[in-house]
Amino acid sequence: MKKNSFEAWLPRLVVAPAFVLGFAFIYGLMVWNGVLSLSTSRMLPNYEWAGLAQYERLWDMDRWWVALKNLGIFGVGYVGGSLAIGVLLAILLDQKIRAEGALRTIYLYPMALSFVVTGTAWKWLLNPGLGIEKMVRDWGFPNFEFGWLVDTEMAIYCVVIAGIWQSAGFAMALFLAGLRGVDDSIIKAAQVDGASLPRIYWRIVLPALRPVFFSTLMVLSHLAIKSFDLVMALTAGGPGFATDVPATFMYTMSFTRGQIGLGAASATMMLATVAALVVPYLYSELRTKPHDR
Amino acid sequence: MASSLDIAGINKRFGKGDKSVEVLRRVDIQVAPGEFLILVGPSGCGKSTLLGIIAGLAEPTEGEIRIGGQNVVGMPPRDRDIAMVFQSYALYPTMSVADNIGFALEMRKMPKAEREKRVAEVAAMLQIGHLLDRRPSQLSGGQRQRVAMGRALARQPKLFLFDEPLSNLDAKLRVEMRAEIKRLHQASGTTSVYVTHDQVEAMTLGSRIAVMKGGVVQQLGTPSEIYNRPANTYVATFIGSPTMNLLRGGAQGAGEFGIGGAALALAAPPHAAELLLGVRPEHLVLQDDAPWRGQVSVVEPTGPDTYVVVDTAAGNVTLRTDAQARVRPGERVGLAVSPAHAHWFDARTQERVA
Amino acid sequence: MTAKPSLFPSFGRLMVYGVLALATAFFLLPLCAMLVTSFKGAEEIRSSALLALPRGLDGSAWSTAWQSACTGVDCNGLRPFFWNSVAMAVPAVLISTVWGALNGYVLSLWKFRGSDALFGLLLFGVFMPFQVVLLPMSQVLGWLGLSSSIGGLVLVHCLAGLAGTTLFFRNYYAAIPQELVNAARMDGAGFWQIFWRIVLPLSTPIVMVALIWQFTNIWNDFLFGVVFSGTESKPITVGLNNLANTSSSVKAYNVDMAAAIIAGLPTMVVYVLAGKFFVRGLTAGAVKG
Repeated sequence: MKKNSFEAWLPRLVVAPAFVLGFAFIYGLMVWNGVLSLSTSRMLPNYEWAGLAQYERLWDMDRWWVALKNLGIFGVGYVGGSLAIGVLLAILLDQKIRAEGALRTIYLYPMALSFVVTGTAWKWLLNPGLGIEKMVRDWGFPNFEFGWLVDTEMAIYCVVIAGIWQSAGFAMALFLAGLRGVDDSIIKAAQVDGASLPRIYWRIVLPALRPVFFSTLMVLSHLAIKSFDLVMALTAGGPGFATDVPATFMYTMSFTRGQIGLGAASATMMLATVAALVVPYLYSELRTKPHDR
Repeated sequence: MASSLDIAGINKRFGKGDKSVEVLRRVDIQVAPGEFLILVGPSGCGKSTLLGIIAGLAEPTEGEIRIGGQNVVGMPPRDRDIAMVFQSYALYPTMSVADNIGFALEMRKMPKAEREKRVAEVAAMLQIGHLLDRRPSQLSGGQRQRVAMGRALARQPKLFLFDEPLSNLDAKLRVEMRAEIKRLHQASGTTSVYVTHDQVEAMTLGSRIAVMKGGVVQQLGTPSEIYNRPANTYVATFIGSPTMNLLRGGAQGAGEFGIGGAALALAAPPHAAELLLGVRPEHLVLQDDAPWRGQVSVVEPTGPDTYVVVDTAAGNVTLRTDAQARVRPGERVGLAVSPAHAHWFDARTQERVA
Repeated sequence: MTAKPSLFPSFGRLMVYGVLALATAFFLLPLCAMLVTSFKGAEEIRSSALLALPRGLDGSAWSTAWQSACTGVDCNGLRPFFWNSVAMAVPAVLISTVWGALNGYVLSLWKFRGSDALFGLLLFGVFMPFQVVLLPMSQVLGWLGLSSSIGGLVLVHCLAGLAGTTLFFRNYYAAIPQELVNAARMDGAGFWQIFWRIVLPLSTPIVMVALIWQFTNIWNDFLFGVVFSGTESKPITVGLNNLANTSSSVKAYNVDMAAAIIAGLPTMVVYVLAGKFFVRGLTAGAVKG
């Protein structure tokens, strides 16, 4: 019995490099990084077993805790703010606005920019003395103060503002698409049943947006955990390390301070956080989708 | 150049061990050259799977498919010289009608002039010559169906396969295309296998029909055999609309069969177990003095005929009578069966007894 | 678009437009500030208001940003970095798009046992924090002789973008009916012929999405740029960051702003010209399938 072996194997062959290289890149390097985190590496990688020593050092460092706290503040602020503004703008834009297309373009363009460009621009805007502070003072409020950027406590909120500016349009685009996808006949049926419009929005439209909400939440959260570019450009982690986040911590430790093992450990922690968030989501998405083909 | 088709001992299993699902079981069908074989059955009966195996789009677990005597299992579809018409037509969306029809010829490296000639011939045969430059999206459903057929005809293959090609058409078009397919088959004489779930298509198009259920061929025969001597109750009720009436009962003495309190003048064949009496609606007659009586519940006039549903002690039965019959819901009527049109089935195995 | 009845009565609509106007101001503020600042002279920056139009159009900041600003040790402006980015982005975008298309083609129309599971595993690459590959990848690039080179950056971007482009194409091709491929196989077309003659002609929208999405991400990347590049291969994002952060005695904000605009211009132009594909890429990525 002649098997059409070539025809059967060609697709596998074509896709093999993707799986081999892709898995090596994703999972292979991930494991390797894990190994490094269990070593005593400093300036150069070595493979001397150190057990969990690097992790103990990591969790002992004030700077790491600052980074985590900042991640929390930034995460909540950035994700929450982007979602809130995104939903608001989406609902408003859904109200048959003239120039809707132009407005959408304006709200979304920041996504096309590099976080470095965003950071550089906002560094200028938030410049105490020359930026917004000066602008408001020129408007007649001589005692207005906006020196957050150089304030150790408040600097992280500057990162939040810049982040929201970049990503709120993205949330808006997704919610708008979701709103448009809500079946009109359901709304009309509710109106015939006597429900008022705000009630309809609250009880029918917003709940229908739950899937969009979760996927947006997912994307924004993982962007928040990974944010490196924005912080580096806006504050370089400063003042001091007041705006350090795990991503900048990892970079500094691994490539500037010669603490490879420590850096690898912090990277593993970042991975664990993202995985805890994303893996259940991916698993449920891939499982509940009907396997139609 | 019609070839014979031998489906020999085909089994198809999915999964392994305890969790395996048998989709086709010991299917054996010999198709003579030029025959038009119909595979008919409900969804999930395995007919499309079998077609896919013949085409080479799937492999059987066991068995052989022989085209013109040669076993093709393991050969890729393109080497089997088979043309197929799909339910959704599967026309190439970015190509013109002419390119669609000629695609297979292009794949076989037929020179352009010859190809264009063949495409024109086929298009003329199907009356779509004026559509050759259009894209599929610009065609109606019926036109797309013709292009799909043209694509198959242009190849002049050993075997035609049809996968429910008329299912997506509206009723009127379906009747038209049915006749067209029959005409084309008579003209080309190519051996064909046609899958459908519609029993009217099966009866009108096929030279032989294979009724399938659960991966097993229930009966293989000509339309007349299938209709007049169904092998089991499944075939009996699948073919024929409205469905055959099946009545439980027992033989009472010589020459009598009792159902629901009445004795019919029917000689049941000698049989150990309980019997089912099968009668087609057109073979039930209204007879005022018949012992078997019931009350009319629904009367459905369809133009040429009238279907009457009668509630009897043996259950609801449907009978077909001509449009002139004056029957009204609520009337009490008598029913009779002529012995020549009685079908007998074993009540437990559902198989035909006589 | 079928219209939903308006949520807000007419006075409410004034509010709606009001809020939208505020939002517009918020989103346009940085862009306007950057633009006007880049055309001002140094003292004018200090004296004039943030958003005031420049007195004259002083383009000197722009030429400085392009060719003479200092980015660390060198003072050649952004120009070398710009061309580094081009040399990195063009091959990386093209390779990752083609690769993604082929993978998507196989994973949707030529599925085999385990292909869906493997694809699921690959998906994690869309979300993973790349911090976790930085250290090992530096080693790998060293072994391959590609460290601190544009080739190394191209390789990393292709690997990092693999999951994303494959996802785009696979989800798009999933809408192509399997019957179409079956018909082509019956007609005698092989794997490559089907791709070339049937699938690819249907792919224009998704190719646009993938190209734009990849270009935007690769041009805008900073993490890989700062970790894997050497003096001769730094992309423009790294150049901009160095330029804006050099602690020289006098901060030239106009140059900084001009530089930022130069760095952001290519992706902005792409966005303005082909915005709808950009949006499609975003929505395709977040709402899987």
